[in-house]
Amino acid sequence: MTSFLRPRPALTSLAWPLAALALLVLFNLLFTPGFFNIELRDARLFGTPIDILNHASKVAIVAVGMTLVIATGGVDLSVGAVVAIAGAIAAMLATRTQAPFPLVVLAALAAGGVAGLCNGVLVTRLRLQPIVATLVLMVAGRGVAQLITDGLIITFEHRELSSLANTSFALLPIPAWIAIALALATGLLTRRTAAGMFLEAVGDNDRACRYAGVNDRAIKLAAYAFCGGCAGLAGLVECSYIKAADANNAGLFLELDVILAVVIGGTSLSGGRFSISGSLAGAVLIQTLTKTMYMHDVSADVAPLPKAIAVLAVCVLQSPVVKDRVSAAFSRGRP
Amino acid sequence: MPTRRPTRRTILAAFCLAGLSLAACEKKAEDKPAEPKAGATGTPAPKLRVGFSQIGAESDWRRANTESIKGEAAKRGVELVFADAQQKQENQIKALRSFIQQKVDVIAFSPVVETGWEPVLKEVKEAGIPVILTDRAVDVSDPNLFVTFIGADFVEEGRRAANWVVKATGGKAMVAELQGTPGSAPAIDRKKGFEEVIKAHPDIKVIKSQSGEFTRAKGKEVMETFLKSSEGASINVLYAHNDDMALGAIQAIEEAGRKPGVDIKIVSIDAVRAAFEAMVAGKLNCTVECNPLLGPQLFDAVEALAAKKPVEKRIVTKEGVFEQAQAAEAIKTRQY
Repeated sequence: MTSFLRPRPALTSLAWPLAALALLVLFNLLFTPGFFNIELRDARLFGTPIDILNHASKVAIVAVGMTLVIATGGVDLSVGAVVAIAGAIAAMLATRTQAPFPLVVLAALAAGGVAGLCNGVLVTRLRLQPIVATLVLMVAGRGVAQLITDGLIITFEHRELSSLANTSFALLPIPAWIAIALALATGLLTRRTAAGMFLEAVGDNDRACRYAGVNDRAIKLAAYAFCGGCAGLAGLVECSYIKAADANNAGLFLELDVILAVVIGGTSLSGGRFSISGSLAGAVLIQTLTKTMYMHDVSADVAPLPKAIAVLAVCVLQSPVVKDRVSAAFSRGRP
Repeated sequence: MPTRRPTRRTILAAFCLAGLSLAACEKKAEDKPAEPKAGATGTPAPKLRVGFSQIGAESDWRRANTESIKGEAAKRGVELVFADAQQKQENQIKALRSFIQQKVDVIAFSPVVETGWEPVLKEVKEAGIPVILTDRAVDVSDPNLFVTFIGADFVEEGRRAANWVVKATGGKAMVAELQGTPGSAPAIDRKKGFEEVIKAHPDIKVIKSQSGEFTRAKGKEVMETFLKSSEGASINVLYAHNDDMALGAIQAIEEAGRKPGVDIKIVSIDAVRAAFEAMVAGKLNCTVECNPLLGPQLFDAVEALAAKKPVEKRIVTKEGVFEQAQAAEAIKTRQY
């Protein structure tokens, strides 16, 4: 096959989620009155698309970390529980101590990072299957968060912490900026250095990597720790959003949405290939779907169905078989 | 791609870890076990053993409920085997089966969902252990599968909320409704009771209704969507199936530049402490009580069963309705 028939992987992986997103936006343009009403109020944009960005950023932040873990051929099921732990720690520090805001942020991020490291050690040192290793923390983590908050919903009035997810900077909500900055930084770090190649190489064939002198364990460990840190960041955003730490519900089932966003974004679950921009697009797509369902009064008990159908459609379109057929059809069409 | 086959060592380690995590859960469930003081009552009769499977610790309400049950058990010298189901029906079914094996005298539980209880309740019945439902009901074809249901009347709570709306708005309102978790008894019944009452008032319309899953975050997110919908500007009453969703929605209303409690009147159910705080701040208008302190009534029933006395099939908890004017006074005596 000639090279022009195989566009750069980053492009193809982005094409499908973006196409699905465009379709969904078109649907809303036609059938959802008021969907695009954006107004400027108190120096911030106000409207449904902004809400979508705001809510999608939580999934997007975790998805950036998850993308790297999945690139190494692993998976992290514990992110939802880590969100709860980080939120609990931040809320306790903000209410029970006089800790300055940077310390609160640092503590939440550190808690996430440590949780990620635990996962990484289980995977790399004890050689556990990632799904089993992270399941441990997924189950136990929420209990840890409950222990921290003593089973209560901790409400706080902390000025900086409560404004984190509820104020705007340069028109967009702060969480959206956090997600964009995190994705950009991670993208630069992985694609402009050899880190991305190492991640993909480890995900593709870790033994070959080791023989080639690449420290595959260190790379995996770093990926899990980074993913934990991302979950910690998302935990801050989540608790800031409702100005309370709800250990029981914070980040509940978040891991599923995140893995979905990553897969929709074209990152292969078997590892060896990843796209951060794809994961971002996936996160926005999932949130747009959710919002569309709310706006059309789809009752919550049937809402998962249209969501599942849309996700299935994107995944089918992305499958190698369908992709090859499509590109074959295109190349036949060429003069 | 050379995938490493799971060696015996890996599998062993996995099992150990799974066991560890289970042990951790188990430990959490039995956190603060209600150790009754032996001999405190001085009765020679063997100590009653009650197995209780709680839904989880999803809200302040549930926590108060758990404390009430544990506290009352300790006070009466009943041995309580407590299990936290973490919102999962399969965990509750496992807990009920373990209660059978432990041969407890009475099993009590708050079912996560209404359906799917028939097989395990039959097993309990065959073991000859009486079952008491607390707080939430089950949907079974044979009502003899349980002895009694102690709890609030959710339909009545919905009616009370609707009556308040009628009174506060003079029978004219555009209502947005935040429903509970789809399929749960309180969500179904609170919606039903509310609709029953407003049927007689054609000028009260529920123009938006969606699940906020009983959580603050979802309550806020869904309210945000309501307010931005084409009918958003006309909403002047919010009915939330629990306080937490209302508290989340209050933030969304404020962010949309409207005054909660004034522009949009808010009624919710449960009457937890945070709701009273919001009422004192003027942001919530009314909360319909759903009393979590069912410990005393539960153990009254348990002791009656042990003494082979008849127990009523339906025991309704005592509940009130609180408005802003009473909030400052009532908050002082609030236990939860």
